Amino acid sequence: MLNIRTYALPQSPEEAWTLNQNRANRIVAGMMWLRLSRRPIATAIDLSALELNGISQTEDAFVIGCMTPLRTLETHDGLNDMTGGAFRDALSHIVGVQFRNTATIGGSIYGRFGFSDPLTLLLALEAQVTLYRAGRMSLEDYSRMPYDRDLLLDIRVPLFSGKVAFQCVRNTQTDFSVLNCAMSRTSNRVLCAIGARPGRAILAPCLNGALADRPVALGKSIAEHIPTGGNMRATAEYRKHLAGVLAERCWAQIGGAE
Amino acid sequence: MNITIHLNGQTLERNILPGTTLFDFLRNEGCMSVKCGCDTANCGLCTVLLEGKSVLSCSVLAARANGKHVRTLEGLQQEAEEFGAYLAGEGGDQCGFCNPGFIMNVIAMCGELKNPTEADVKTYLAGNLCRCTGFASQTRAILRYLKDKEAQRDVQR
Repeated sequence: MLNIRTYALPQSPEEAWTLNQNRANRIVAGMMWLRLSRRPIATAIDLSALELNGISQTEDAFVIGCMTPLRTLETHDGLNDMTGGAFRDALSHIVGVQFRNTATIGGSIYGRFGFSDPLTLLLALEAQVTLYRAGRMSLEDYSRMPYDRDLLLDIRVPLFSGKVAFQCVRNTQTDFSVLNCAMSRTSNRVLCAIGARPGRAILAPCLNGALADRPVALGKSIAEHIPTGGNMRATAEYRKHLAGVLAERCWAQIGGAE
Repeated sequence: MNITIHLNGQTLERNILPGTTLFDFLRNEGCMSVKCGCDTANCGLCTVLLEGKSVLSCSVLAARANGKHVRTLEGLQQEAEEFGAYLAGEGGDQCGFCNPGFIMNVIAMCGELKNPTEADVKTYLAGNLCRCTGFASQTRAILRYLKDKEAQRDVQR
């Protein structure tokens, strides 16, 4: 039993946004982490009626509604074909199928959790988010913002032709990543995101210099420039080492210096 | 608040508190196969089918199941008994506490995946924890079950 006074199923984003301005109210996404909180909720705002559960394709992007379960992304042919299965690689380690059938991408991205695997992958794919009031912005900017009471509506993954890789290290299967790394490569740029540092995922600084050299130089460059920290899963030093190793593996996976 | 849930083929109209989880709702309705293990959405013990998909009932509000179909092991007796025999046959049934959630997820997997490999099975069932078997006997049971089901389908064709 959760401590919820009333339950609301808003019929429009405006109604949901208005309800969410009361600090005692909370938006219920997948509810996987919310249920672990002891904080009482005056009104639980369920976005299920806003038709935000699904993935559509426009001329230039995949648009993922914020209420789309992680399992839908994991098994989506369009996203996996475009990324060489990177969505499957990034999501299939998260707890279990039952968890991913319920946990939503909106909950994961709004939370901007340090341990998030999808946040790392979406950063490397230059994803954008659409907020009800603030409008569209890059996920990179959104990931740096403090929490506010705007409404996350969707996540847009631009269409691109290139290669993508996702790598992670876990102490045990289904646990949080000790560190994760996503890399995307098109004809004119390479992006590398490192997450579970254990802070929020960030994009590595420009890689062009390192790319001219061997993969080991790339790994060293990533390890030098990515700040890491320690927690119960790993030390900062170990994470720094892993950052370099995973970046090299991603680089090899997407074709290396070919 | 009032909700209507189609539970194991039976339509129930109930008045619940907004914070009631699907797990609490189902236990109150006598579905004792649904057990609470970790209470942190990790162990898979409370797995039920919501609109045919496996979910952790400890982490779903009963209000979210309003108007939807929910199935527990009580509503899948035949399938459960059939697969349970394979578990017992392979020594995959020791203390038995994880069995209901495990069987529910196997049933969900059979409905979702066509001809799953051993790796597919392990990935699909990674969210069901068992502290007795070490998973080897359970994996054997599933693979035998899938093989026999496939053979039965071949005969029917």
